[in-house]
Amino acid sequence: MPTFLREARLKRQTVLDLLFRNMTRFAAFTVLALLAAIIGSLVVGSMPAIHAFGFGFLTSSEWNPVTDEYGALIPIVGTLITSGIALLIAIPVSFGIAIFLTELSPSWLRRPLGIAVELLAGIPSIIYGMWGLFIFAPLFADHVEPWLNDHIGTWPLLGPFFSGPPMGIGMLTAGIILAIMVIPFIASVMRDVFDVVPTMLKESAYGLGSTTWEVMWKVVLPYTKIGVVGGIMLGLGRALGETMAVTFVIGNAHEFNKSLLMPGNSISSALANEFAEAVGELYTSSLIELGLILFFITFVVLSLARLMLYKLAQREGHGA
Amino acid sequence: MSKLNRLLGNIGLTAALLSAGIAYAGNITGAGATFPYPIYAKWAEAYKAQTGVGMNYQSIGSGGGIKQIQAKTVDFGATDAPMSPNELALSGLTQFPAVIGGVVPVINLAGVAPGQLKLDGKVLADIFLGKITKWNDPRIAADNAGLSLPDQSITVVHRADGSGTTFIFTTYLSQVSPDWKRSVGGDKAVSWPVGTGGKGNEGVASYVQRIKNSIGYVEYAYALQNKMNYTQLKNRDGQFVSPNDASFKAAAANAKWDADNGFYEILTNEPGKDSWPITGATFILIYKSQEKAANAVEVLKFFNWAFSYGDQLASDLAYVPLPANLKTMIGGAWKVQVKDTSGKALWK
Repeated sequence: MPTFLREARLKRQTVLDLLFRNMTRFAAFTVLALLAAIIGSLVVGSMPAIHAFGFGFLTSSEWNPVTDEYGALIPIVGTLITSGIALLIAIPVSFGIAIFLTELSPSWLRRPLGIAVELLAGIPSIIYGMWGLFIFAPLFADHVEPWLNDHIGTWPLLGPFFSGPPMGIGMLTAGIILAIMVIPFIASVMRDVFDVVPTMLKESAYGLGSTTWEVMWKVVLPYTKIGVVGGIMLGLGRALGETMAVTFVIGNAHEFNKSLLMPGNSISSALANEFAEAVGELYTSSLIELGLILFFITFVVLSLARLMLYKLAQREGHGA
Repeated sequence: MSKLNRLLGNIGLTAALLSAGIAYAGNITGAGATFPYPIYAKWAEAYKAQTGVGMNYQSIGSGGGIKQIQAKTVDFGATDAPMSPNELALSGLTQFPAVIGGVVPVINLAGVAPGQLKLDGKVLADIFLGKITKWNDPRIAADNAGLSLPDQSITVVHRADGSGTTFIFTTYLSQVSPDWKRSVGGDKAVSWPVGTGGKGNEGVASYVQRIKNSIGYVEYAYALQNKMNYTQLKNRDGQFVSPNDASFKAAAANAKWDADNGFYEILTNEPGKDSWPITGATFILIYKSQEKAANAVEVLKFFNWAFSYGDQLASDLAYVPLPANLKTMIGGAWKVQVKDTSGKALWK
């Protein structure tokens, strides 16, 4: 090929490269700009509430549209408790699903089960909410909550958390529905990362006489912990922000109840319920500040997850 | 490339034609309260069939309706809680009632048939304050000799979202109970001392149907549709009345409507021996000085038509049409209050 032709071609490719790089850079920066814009508008929107209530907003359990006094404590606590319950249930169940799918299931069952788990992830959240309210809550109220009342409700320390009239609607129900919703996310991530563990590692462990449990616990899990933590955080992120399903079953009451069987409120369900009818600057602004707090909680959770992964990676370097 | 251009051009042209078509039909737009949405939709359908003019109503809630009319994105706003004369003057709006409905306490109580339980307003307030906690409380039993009331805790169900229904209900409780007025008050959303919150009338209805020994409040139409167990209430004249068309009409007839006040009237605790004590009208908001005079005339024409021919449709859906004298007053108010920007009256 003559030199001038080669040079022309090179030139063209350089231009194309430049164009491509700038396009990708633009896409990436758009995301950043959007993020900044969202934070910015949340902060601006919540300014009146921040001025009026200051830090007291975070610690006050008052929520009174008549006297225009607002505090975020109850929705914050409700959000954290329901998400906590969800993870408490979802992590072991997802772990079980992933172990079964990667190690124990007969191969003909693996595919349909895996697809079923992924389909669960695709169900819109309002369906979970309606199912929770119309099917799950009545069953829970008639069969599970009376039992909880009679058995655990009388225990000295845990008792108060499980007593109260069996309504079927409340923080525990919300937590369980959330657990069902995040299980497919956590389980499919866990299955995917368990699948990438080199067969040689597992075979070696089996060869040394390990049981399946020992292989999972001592070989597969340490090898995949970063992915597993990532999956859990993905689930937690979904649980924190979930709106419709929680709104249906949490009971939407701005009051403190020690019992998990009693109604509570979460940040996202308070927003969903009240935003459309919020009249007056302070009311709207307090709701926007709730949104800002949720944003902040999610941010902290994600940062903690990153930090945890970083620490894990560091320890790996020093250990083995 | 040119093919694509032509295609895009065609789409653009079609869109232009379509939007032109809509503009010619002169659709009017409104937004607001969810409670009257079924009747507005029904009226709009019948009106379009007769006149060819459509009415597009978005039921986004009373608060949203007020925001939308203030932002001038719609021709009229709709709200369940009337705006006070002061607020109206501030935003240059005028308001008139469109249709009447009632709020009904509903219960889930085994062994009690619909309409059997009788409640005094003060007792109702104390139940919602959490002061009366058992169904066999002597104060409930006092008005219900003959009924066997269970020794069970009462579960209170209220609205979780802000709503005109709550406004009417809590305004009534404030009128009959000084305790309620002092500690809670009347508004579209309040700080509930006890209970569980359901989203929308349907949310409260389904919670009450689901939770044993519960009490809540819904619009009359929802109680009818879901065949719920409602209660009788003691009205201002000391009579126990059942919620129905007649008792809502009685309350509306006894109200003192005043056009200069923007018909600001909350129909709770009205006098009259047949009056249902928790009655309320739902309102329409329009600008006094109209930038889009043609649209305003269409809005007035629409409601004039609804007032003249829409009563049967309203009754079919368990709403109560306005009394005839009130309709005449509204027509009179339009003539004086609604003008174009040059100050010429739009309604003759």
